[in-house]
Amino acid sequence: MPGPAQPGPSTPPIHLAVALDGAGWHPAAWREPGARPGELLTARYWSELVAEAERGLLDFVTIEDSLSLQSSRYTGPDGRTDQVRGRLDAVLIAARVAPLTRHIGLVPTAVVTHTEPFHLSKAIATLDYVSGGRAGVRVQVSGRSDEAAHFGRRTVPPLRIEELASPAGQALLAELFDEAGDWVEVLRRLWDSWEDDAEIRDAGSGRFIDRRKLHYIDFEGSRFSVRGPSITPRPPQGQPVVAALAHATVPYRLVARSADLGFVTPRDTGHARSIVAEIRGEQAAAGRAEETVHVFGDLTVFLDSDPGAAAERRARLDQSAGGEFTGDAPVFTGTPEQLADLLQELQQAGLTGFRLRPAVLPHDLEQITRHLVPELQRRDAFRTAYRANTLRGLLGLPRPANRYATAAV
Amino acid sequence: MSKPVKQIHLAAHFPGVNNTTVWSDPEAGSHVEFSSFRHFAQTAERAKFDFLFLAEGLRLREQGGEIYDLDVVGRPDTFTVLAALAAVTERLGLAGTINSTFNEPYEVARQFASLDHLSGGRAAWNVVTSWDAFTGENFRRGGFLPQHERYSRAKEFLSTATELFDSWQGNEIAADQQSGSFLREARAGAFVHRGQHFDIQGQFNVPRSPQGRPVIFQAGDSEEGREFAASSADAIFSRYSTFEEGRAFYTDVKGRLARHGRTRDQLLILPAATFVLGDTDAQAQELAREVRRQQVSGATALKHLEFVWNRDLSGYDPDGPLPEIDPDPGEHAIAQGRAQVRMYRDPLATARQWRELAAANKWSIRELVIETGNRQSFVGSPATVAQTINSFVQADASDGFILVPHLTPGGLDAFADTVVPLLQERGVFRTEYQGSTLRDHLGLAHPDADAASERVAS
Repeated sequence: MPGPAQPGPSTPPIHLAVALDGAGWHPAAWREPGARPGELLTARYWSELVAEAERGLLDFVTIEDSLSLQSSRYTGPDGRTDQVRGRLDAVLIAARVAPLTRHIGLVPTAVVTHTEPFHLSKAIATLDYVSGGRAGVRVQVSGRSDEAAHFGRRTVPPLRIEELASPAGQALLAELFDEAGDWVEVLRRLWDSWEDDAEIRDAGSGRFIDRRKLHYIDFEGSRFSVRGPSITPRPPQGQPVVAALAHATVPYRLVARSADLGFVTPRDTGHARSIVAEIRGEQAAAGRAEETVHVFGDLTVFLDSDPGAAAERRARLDQSAGGEFTGDAPVFTGTPEQLADLLQELQQAGLTGFRLRPAVLPHDLEQITRHLVPELQRRDAFRTAYRANTLRGLLGLPRPANRYATAAV
Repeated sequence: MSKPVKQIHLAAHFPGVNNTTVWSDPEAGSHVEFSSFRHFAQTAERAKFDFLFLAEGLRLREQGGEIYDLDVVGRPDTFTVLAALAAVTERLGLAGTINSTFNEPYEVARQFASLDHLSGGRAAWNVVTSWDAFTGENFRRGGFLPQHERYSRAKEFLSTATELFDSWQGNEIAADQQSGSFLREARAGAFVHRGQHFDIQGQFNVPRSPQGRPVIFQAGDSEEGREFAASSADAIFSRYSTFEEGRAFYTDVKGRLARHGRTRDQLLILPAATFVLGDTDAQAQELAREVRRQQVSGATALKHLEFVWNRDLSGYDPDGPLPEIDPDPGEHAIAQGRAQVRMYRDPLATARQWRELAAANKWSIRELVIETGNRQSFVGSPATVAQTINSFVQADASDGFILVPHLTPGGLDAFADTVVPLLQERGVFRTEYQGSTLRDHLGLAHPDADAASERVAS
C-alpha cells in the first residue's frame, strides 16, 4: 500500500536507492582503509551493506552483475590485476539477504541477452516470496562479444563503445533492446499466468488448483518462444518492479514501454528535463501514459562533511587508480547538504528519485544513510519511517490487476 | 570380525509436485511461502541432518491435454530458495536439482559457485537430464535434444562446469591494499572448452568457492545413469528403499567405482524414503493406511491408471473393477511431464499383472493403486523405524536415506524429535556437526585444484 503523503504541499518526497557493486564504484575503492576487499564474496559483507541501507530507510538497493569478469574495457577482459575482479550472482545475493531484512526493496541485475526468461521469472517471483513482496529486477542487455563466447549460442560483433553510435552499433543495440522488451514481456506474462486465487485445495472435488485460473502465455518473439504457465504461483506483489538503466533513445524506449522504473544519467537539470520529456513521450506512445513510471537520476557520490575532504579523497583514489575516475553517470563530490540541494534541484526537472552509487563502501553509503537522509528529512523531503511493506508500496505503485483474470471477465 | 559401525547419512526432501503430499490435512501448510521452507530446514538442522534437498520442475504436468490439478501444483525457484535458506541455517547442506538440458554451463556454474560462497560451503547439485519437447516449449533452445543424447549432454555439461569451477585455484585473490595488487594472476578463471555440445571460452567470474566445487548428486537409474554416477557423482539418489532391492543396487553401483579409479567411500548411496510414525507399531500401521487413502483419491487412482492405459478412463468407477479394454499401445500421449510414465515400459504386461492382482484380492481400481504404489518405506514406532534404518545401513542396503514426509512443513518434526535421538544413542548418527561444509558432513574430500593448475598452465 502507498505511504501517506509527505509534508510539503507542492513537492512529492524524493525516492532514494543505492547501487551496490564490489567495494564501491571507484576502481581504487578496495584500497581505502575501511574497505574489506577480502570479504567481497561473503554473505556477511552484503548483509551488512543492505542492513545499513535499510537503517537509512532507503527505497531499495540494486546489486550489479555481469556474465564476465569485471573489466575497464567494454569489449573484453583487460588483464588488469589492480582492481576488484570476481563477483557473485546478484539474484542469489538478494535472496541471501532477504530473510535478514524487512522493509528495503531488493533489485538484482539480470543480464537478459543470455539467460532464460522462464528461469528468471520464477527466480524473481521467488525473491518476492522470500522477501515478502520486496523484489525487483534490473534488466541489462549485453553487447559484449566475450560474454557471448561464454555461452556459445550466438556471436556478437566486438564493437568498441564509441562504435555503438555507428549504423552497425545502432542495429545491434536495437536488436538487443527489442529482445530485452520481449524478455520483460515474458516475465510479466509468466507472473500473471497464475491468478491470485488459483490454489483452491478443494477437498470435495479433490482438486488442489482451479486450472481455469492458470494460463498459457504463448509468447512468440524473434529470439525465443515461451509456452507457460509459470511453475511458480503469482508473487506477492503480483508484478515485481522492473527497472532498467538507460542512456539514450533506444533504452529510454525500453523504460517507457516495459519498465516501472528507469535509471538515467543527466548532466544537468536541462538534460534531466529533456530525458524525462522523451520518456514520457514514449510512454504515451506506448499507451502507458496513465501508469507510474519512475525516472531516477543516477549519481556516483563522494561524500564527506567537509567539502575539501571529499575532494581530497577523490584525488587520492584517482592517484591510487592511476587516472581520473569517469563513468557513465555524473560524479558528485561534496557534502551531504550540498547533495541534498542538488537532488532537490534535479527533482524540479521531473526526476522522481535518485540511485546513488557510493564511490567507496561502506564510507559513502554511511554518508548517505547517516547524513544525507537526515538532511532530507529536515527538509521534509524524505520519509521518517517505512510506511509500506512492499517495494511497490514504497514506490507508490499499485498492485496490478492480473491481465488474464481481467480478460476472462 | 565384525564390520565397523557405519555412520548414517540423513537428508530431508521438501516434497514438490507429487501425489504423496497430503495437502488436505489440517496440518498441511503452504508449499510456496518461505516460512514453510524455513521451518522445514530448521527442523532438519536441529536434527543434524546432512542436507536439505529440493527437486525442480520446469513445466506443469498435463493429463489429457489439461493441467493436472489433483496434486500439489506450483513451486518456487530452487536456487533462490536455497540462497534464502542459507540465511536462516548455519550448517545444513543445501542441495538442488538443476536440469542440464535447459541451462548453460557458465550460468549454472556461477549460480552454484555463488551459492557455495553465500552458504559458506554447503551447496550441492543434483544433475538431471531432460530432453522432451514438452518441457522445451518454455525455453530458448526449445525441446530438440534427442533422447539418446541426454547423458552425452549431461556428462559434457558437468565436465564443462567442473572446468569452470576449477578455473580458479583459490589463491588468486591477494587483495593487498599496500601494493595495490588485487589479483595475483590476471588470467584467473581462464577456460577454453571445445566439445560436442559446448564450444565456449573466456574467463569465469566467480572465484573458487569454499567447497571448491559443489557436491554432485545424480539420480538416474538406467545403465547409463549408473555409469554416469559411478564416474562423476559424490552421491546417488536411488529409489530402492526396500532391503533386497537396496542391497542389489548398492552392490551394483559400488562395484562400478573401481573401474573409474574411485574407492567405495567416494560415492554415497542415498535412497528416497517415506515414513509413518506412531506410538506403537500397530498404531503406525493404521495411520499409514489412512495416509495412503488420503494420497490416493478415487480421481487420483483413475489418473494413475491412465499412465498405463494411455487412455481417458474418466468414465470408470474408481471403486469398481479394472477396465476390460487393453492399454493403447501408442506413444505415451495422455500424460505429459510425469516421471511415472517412464516406469511402465510394457503397459500391456503391467495391465495384465494388475488385473490378476485385483482379481485375486478383489481390489477395486482405487484399492489396486493404493496397494501397488505409494507404500511407505518405514512404518512403526520410533524404536522400530530407528532399528530398521540402522539395520539397512549396517547391511549395506544404503548409506543413509533422503526422507520425504507426506506433510509439509511439519512432517519432519516427529522424526527429528523421536527417531534421531534413538540413532544418536546407538552411536550411528552425529549429535553435533563436526565440520562446516557439506563435504565435511558427507565425509568427502575437498577437491584440490592441482588439476586446475595443470589445465591453466597447459
